[in-house]
Amino acid sequence: MKEVEGLAYNETFSCVQCGYCLPACPTYKTMKKETHSPRGRINLVKMAAEGKISLEQIQEPIELCLGCRACERVCPTNVQYGMILESAKEVLNRKEKQESSAAAKTFNNILFKQLFPKKRNLAKASNLLWFYQKTGMKKLAHKTGLINVLPENLASFDKIIPEISSPSERKKRQQILTPDGEVKYRIAFFTGCVMDAVFDRINDLSMKLLQAGGCEVVIVPNQNCCGALHSHSGELDLAKELAKRNIETFEQESFDFVVNSAGGCGAMLNEYHHLLKAEPEWAERAKWFTGKSVDISVILSKLELPLKREINKIVTYQPSCHMKNVQKVEKEPINLLKSIKELTLHRMENEDMCCGSAGIYNIVNYKESMEILDNKMTDVKKVSPQVIVTTNPGCLLQMKLGIEREQIQHKVEAVHLVELLAEACNIV
Amino acid sequence: MNYSENIYKQLKEAITDHERILIELEDLHSYSFDASFGSYLPEFVVQVKSAEEVSKVMKIANKEKIPVTPRGNASSLSGGPLPVKGGIVLDVSLWNDELLIDPDDMIAIVSPGVITARIDEAANLYGLMYAPDPSSSNISTIAGNLAENSGGPRGLKYGVTKDYVLGLEVVTPEGQIIRTGGRTVKNVTGYDLTKLIVGSEGTLGVITQAILRLVPKPPSSKTLMTIFDDLVRSGEAISKVLSSGIIPSKIELMDQASIIAVEEYQPLGLPVDAEAILLIELDGHPAAIADEIVKVKEIMDMKGARNTVIAESDAEATELWKARKLVSPAIVRTKPTKISEDATVPRSKIPEFFKRLKEIKIKYGVTLVVFGHAGDGNLHPNIICDKREKEEMIRVEQAVSEIFTAAIELGGTLSGEHGIGTMKASFMELELGEHGVDMMKRIKQAWDPNMIMNPGKIFPEKGQKLVLSE
Ligand SMILES: Cc1cc2nc3c(=O)[nH]c(=O)nc-3n(C[C@H](O)[C@H](O)[C@H](O)COP(=O)(O)OP(=O)(O)OC[C@H]3O[C@@H](n4cnc5c(N)ncnc54)[C@H](O)[C@@H]3O)c2cc1C
Ligand code: SF4
Ligand code: SF4
Repeated sequence: MKEVEGLAYNETFSCVQCGYCLPACPTYKTMKKETHSPRGRINLVKMAAEGKISLEQIQEPIELCLGCRACERVCPTNVQYGMILESAKEVLNRKEKQESSAAAKTFNNILFKQLFPKKRNLAKASNLLWFYQKTGMKKLAHKTGLINVLPENLASFDKIIPEISSPSERKKRQQILTPDGEVKYRIAFFTGCVMDAVFDRINDLSMKLLQAGGCEVVIVPNQNCCGALHSHSGELDLAKELAKRNIETFEQESFDFVVNSAGGCGAMLNEYHHLLKAEPEWAERAKWFTGKSVDISVILSKLELPLKREINKIVTYQPSCHMKNVQKVEKEPINLLKSIKELTLHRMENEDMCCGSAGIYNIVNYKESMEILDNKMTDVKKVSPQVIVTTNPGCLLQMKLGIEREQIQHKVEAVHLVELLAEACNIV
Repeated sequence: MNYSENIYKQLKEAITDHERILIELEDLHSYSFDASFGSYLPEFVVQVKSAEEVSKVMKIANKEKIPVTPRGNASSLSGGPLPVKGGIVLDVSLWNDELLIDPDDMIAIVSPGVITARIDEAANLYGLMYAPDPSSSNISTIAGNLAENSGGPRGLKYGVTKDYVLGLEVVTPEGQIIRTGGRTVKNVTGYDLTKLIVGSEGTLGVITQAILRLVPKPPSSKTLMTIFDDLVRSGEAISKVLSSGIIPSKIELMDQASIIAVEEYQPLGLPVDAEAILLIELDGHPAAIADEIVKVKEIMDMKGARNTVIAESDAEATELWKARKLVSPAIVRTKPTKISEDATVPRSKIPEFFKRLKEIKIKYGVTLVVFGHAGDGNLHPNIICDKREKEEMIRVEQAVSEIFTAAIELGGTLSGEHGIGTMKASFMELELGEHGVDMMKRIKQAWDPNMIMNPGKIFPEKGQKLVLSE
C-alpha cells in the first residue's frame, strides 16, 4: 500500500480556496498562519497526496486542528472537511504505528482499546488524574515524545474535575424511569463514557428531566463508548467496531429516540452512517440508528417541562461545536434557556468559536488549547455572565478550567444546560 | 553562504520577530495559491506589520533583485497574490490593528490587513457606511480591494473602491515610504497617484495605509424579486428602470442555468422554466423607496414579467436574497472547478452578450452559468468544470478566450472587478492595443526599475497564453 493511500484526495477538489472559512477557524486566529487554517490544511492534504510534500510535514498542521468543523459550517461549497481531516489522521496514524516503538504501541493500546471502550474501566476511575497516572500515559508520553503532558496541565485538570460518585452509588441508578401520565416518547438513553464517568449526575438529571416531560427512559445495558475519540485520532477501525456494537445493542430495544446529553458523542452517533457506508451489511442499520439519535435539547424542546422555579441570573451560552456544526442543533438550546423564568441570556461575540477543548486536544496540545481558551474567556468576560452554559462534557470541563485560569470562580460558574433546566424544574 | 541564506539573514535583521518569517515547506505551500488557478512556491513568507518593516524588506529585495508579491487574504480570482516567480510573499493580513473612524471628516483610516466588512461595521456605529461591498467582504483585506479596485452589487449606485479612496501610504519598490492624496475629497495637487496605485494589483508598490471616504448610511432598504420568461425583456426592464430616474442600490440577475442549479441544490420553489430572475434593492428614505418600489414593479409588469414580489419585511427580503446566495454552492455540485469570469459590457449590450455566451456554451460543450450585477453590465459567466480533465480544460480555455473577445467586441472590458493578474494577462493587447499596453509598461518601469514588484502579472510574457490545464 502506498504511504498516502487513503487520503481523501478527491474531496480536496471541492475546495475553491475562497478563504471564507478563515475567520471561523480558531487555530488560524491564534496561530496566525495559513498553514493552520482550513484552506491551508486542505491544500496540504492535497499536496501530500500528490507527493509534493511528505506526511511528516503535514503532521503538525493536522494534529493542531481542533476538528471543531466550524469551517464546514461557513463553507459556500460544502467541502467535507471532516472527511478530509479524518482521512489524514488515519493515514498519519497508520504510518506512526508502522514506525513506532513498542512503548508507543502500548500507549495507544491502553488509551483507545482498553480505556474508552470499556465503561467499567472508566467507572472505576475516581478522577481524571488517576486516569492519567494509572494508564501510565504520563510516563509513556515522556518516553515516546508522542504528547506533552505537562505537570501544570494535569494539576489544572485535577482542580476542575468534580467529585465522582462511588461505584456503589452508581449501581443504584434505576435502569428504567416511567412518567406519571401518558408516555409521550420512549427514550433509550445513551450515557457516553467520559460523560458517565465524570458527570454521571448530569446524565441522571437528563433522564429525570425527560421523565418529568412525559417520557419513558431506559438505559440499554451493555452500550459502549461512541467511538468519537478513536475516530478523531485516526483509529477508524476501532471506531467502526464500537459503532457496530452500539447498533447491535440498541437494536435489541424498542424506542422512539436514542438521546444523549453530550454534544460530541451525539455528533459521532450522527455520523455512524458515514462511517459504515462502505459495509453493505451495516449501512442500512447505521442509517436507522443515526435516524433515531438526537440531542437531549431537541427532545426537551418538544416536551412541556415543569419550569416552575425562577432563575434570576445572567447567563451566556457556549455551544458545543460538534452539536452545532455536525448535528446542526442550534436553536433548541437557546430556546430552552429563554424558556426559564427570569433568566437573562447575554450571547457573547464569537460564540461559534471552539473553546479549545475538542476531545483530548486540551490534553495533548495543552499550550495551543489554552491560547484558544484565553480568547474565549475574553469574549465571555465582555458579557459579564454569572453562569456559562454548555452542552457537552468536554466543553464544560474546559469552561471550568477557563474560569479557574481567569480566577473568577467566586462570581462565575459553568454548568450543563441540563443542570440549569433541572434546577428550574426543581429536580435534584 | 548561498543566495537564499544571505537573504534569510538580512530578512531576520529587518524583522525582529522571527516567527513572522516562514521558511518551512508546509508554510510555503500554504502561501502558494489564491482563489484562482495554479500554485507557485515562494522562498520566504514575511508577515509584515509596519511601513518600516515593509520598507526594509523592499530595500533588501531591490538590492538582491528578489521578487516580492504582496498578499492579503488570497481571495483573488485572477492570480494577483501568486508568487509566480518565487521570491518573497509579503503577507499583510496580520496587520489589522488600525481602524479609525473620523465622523466629522467622514473618513476611515485603516491599516492594510483590515477586513473590508469590519470598516463598514465600524462606520455604521456613526450612521455612516463604507459603500464598496464585494461579496468577499467578510474575508478580503482592504489592501486586496484597493489593489484590485474591487466592486460589488452596490457599485451600480455607489461606485467601486476607487471612488472611496482619498489618500494612501505606499512603500515603493525601492523601499521609500510615500503618501498620496490626503483627507479631502477635492485634491488636485500633481498627478493623481492614488488612483494609479488603486487597481495596480501590487505591481507598483505596497499599500501600507489608506484614508477612505464614508457616506451617510441610508436609513432603509426594500427588495423586489421578479421573474422573466425572456432574458432580453429582463434587460429592457432594467434599462427602463434606470432611465426613469430610479437608481436601485442593487440589480442582480440569475440566468436559467443558475435557477436550475439552485432548485436542484435546495428547492426554494423557483420557476426552472424561466430565463431570468432579477433581484432589485432600493435604499434611501423609507417614504421615497416605498413609492419607488411600486414604480419598479409597474415597470416590470409593463415589460412582461411573469411574476413580481415585493418583500414586506427585512426577513422576507433575506428570504428573497437567499436564492442569489445559493448560486455559488449550487453550481459546483456537479463538478468541482469554477472558472469565475467578470467580463463586463455596456448595459445596453447585456442581451447581446447573453446571446454570444449561449453560442459559446454550445460551441465548446461547456457548462456555463451566468449571474451577477446586471445593473452595471458586470456579469459573472462561470464555467463549471473539472481541472483534472485535460481535454475538457482545453475546451474551457477556448471558451474563456471567446468570452473575452465577445466582451471587448461589444465595447466592454476583460475584467469589471477581479483584475488581470495571471489569468487575463494574455488578453491585454486585445483590449488596450500595443501602444496602450506599452504606456502602462513604461509607468511600471519608472516605479520599479528592477522589476521585483509582483512580476508576471498584468503584462503578458512573450507568447503567453491562457493555460487552465495543469
Ligand atoms: C467567493 C468570492 C467572491 C468574490 N466576490 C468579489 C466581488 O463581488 N467583487 C470583487 O471585486 N471581487 C470579488 N472577489 C475577488 C477578491 O475577493 C477581491 O479581488 C479582493 O479584493 C481580494 O482581496 P484579498 O485580501 O484576498 O487580496 P489578495 O487576493 O491577497 O490580493 C489581491 C491583490 O492585491 C495585491 N495586494 C495585497 N495586499 C497588497 C498591499 N498591501 N499593497 C499592494 N498590493 C497588495 C496582491 O498582490 C494581489 O495582486 C471574490 C472572490 C471570491 C473567492
Ligand atoms: S470556505 Fe470552503 S471552499 Fe472556501 S477555502 Fe474554505 S474550505 Fe475551501
Ligand atoms: S475543524 Fe476547526 S480548527 Fe480545524 S480547520 Fe476547521 S475550523 Fe479550523
